[in-house]
Amino acid sequence: MINKVVKDADTAIKDIQNGQTIMLGGFGLCGIPENCIQALLRKKVTDLTCISNNAGVDDFGIGLLLQQRQVKKMISSYVGENAEFERQLLSGELEVELIPQGTLATRCMAAGYGMPVIYTPAGVGTEVAIGKETRVFNRKEYLMEYAFDAEFAIVKAWKGDTAGNLIYKSTARNFNPVMAMAGKITIAEVEILVPAGELDPDQIHTPGIYVHRIFQGGNYEKRIEQRTVRIK
Amino acid sequence: MLDKNGIAKRIAKEVKDGMYVNLGIGIPTLVANYIPEGINVVLQSENGLLGMGPFPFEGEEDADLINAGKQTITTLAGSSIFDSAMSFGMIRAQKVDLTILGAMEVSENGDIANWKIPGKMVKGMGGAMDLVASAQNIIVAMQHVNKAGESKLLPNCTLPLTGVHCVKKIVTELAVLAVLENGGFQLLERAPGVSVAEIQAATAGKLLIEGDIPEMQL
Repeated sequence: MINKVVKDADTAIKDIQNGQTIMLGGFGLCGIPENCIQALLRKKVTDLTCISNNAGVDDFGIGLLLQQRQVKKMISSYVGENAEFERQLLSGELEVELIPQGTLATRCMAAGYGMPVIYTPAGVGTEVAIGKETRVFNRKEYLMEYAFDAEFAIVKAWKGDTAGNLIYKSTARNFNPVMAMAGKITIAEVEILVPAGELDPDQIHTPGIYVHRIFQGGNYEKRIEQRTVRIK
Repeated sequence: MLDKNGIAKRIAKEVKDGMYVNLGIGIPTLVANYIPEGINVVLQSENGLLGMGPFPFEGEEDADLINAGKQTITTLAGSSIFDSAMSFGMIRAQKVDLTILGAMEVSENGDIANWKIPGKMVKGMGGAMDLVASAQNIIVAMQHVNKAGESKLLPNCTLPLTGVHCVKKIVTELAVLAVLENGGFQLLERAPGVSVAEIQAATAGKLLIEGDIPEMQL
């Protein structure tokens, strides 16, 4: 079996260059590649184009890369409660392409499935449609959207094996499987790394063919954005 | 006049047994609290969950288990988890029966705006553009007027659109209104203690009033 294991996050991201396009998995702060984001902060690589549903919060996740001005452009669906992201967007310091969440996911999927475009009704009649080719199928209008083209995809999984097979946990799955499929080089950080053969092949979410580098992460903070509870 | 919970309570009556429902952030999330006993619905959260359960008990929060509003939640017997592409696949393929979401403006032909105020505020569309472009049935939960006292039910939206010709029904603190196929808001119900004249005054778009307008039953 091909061994995909690298030593750590710094090794995994060492050849990411200024100006490259990277995908980062996660929804909000859930299922984000915390170790690789820290390594990118240490490497101080700049002018990145980041494809990620959100941009973290001001002081965690991709928000930290924004603070260090390492990001030239964000491609996301939701700014939400990230004040620094919204400020850089409104002031024009940061280039931002906001796209519908399903379009974001499906453009990743298309890349991983080897399909150049998708057609989606999301955004028809809105400013998202400006300059885009449209087609009518069964009397409904669709936008043509291109598959993403990213040099790197960085994802976080719960368990992985040395062959690069990945299993995600709960809703930390989100964008990770489709981004894992979409990167020219895919880097996976996992909470638990096991030898090939220990994971049940029937339970694999991302087959190792899509994963080029895998390492055991550590010190996961897993910060919660909205802690909502009920009383017993 | 209704408060936020009152709006949610009224919308909950639109939820029928056997439906798969997507609830947006804000008032729509509250709808889950008012779904009547005996009505079995499955809540879809577009970050990748079918069968969203209540908030966890204190101390049992799981950072890996959140809804699209990034709130900690729980699963239920029969829940399933999937990736974001499949989540929007089931939305696009119209497997989700009902979408309930908030809005900044709705026009009399069913256009909706809810993601951006140019130069002032950008939240992003999140999954809203996908949801409104594909859902068969869309109910908007919102305040009738904005903070400046201006009507949010307009002849045409002034803000960047989220979707066109898609909203079917609107529930506000004042009224329940249907968006007619050929344009216009048809007044269906009044909130308790609210007069037709008050609703008329708060509605900038074309309002159709036919016969006696009943008060909402909550």
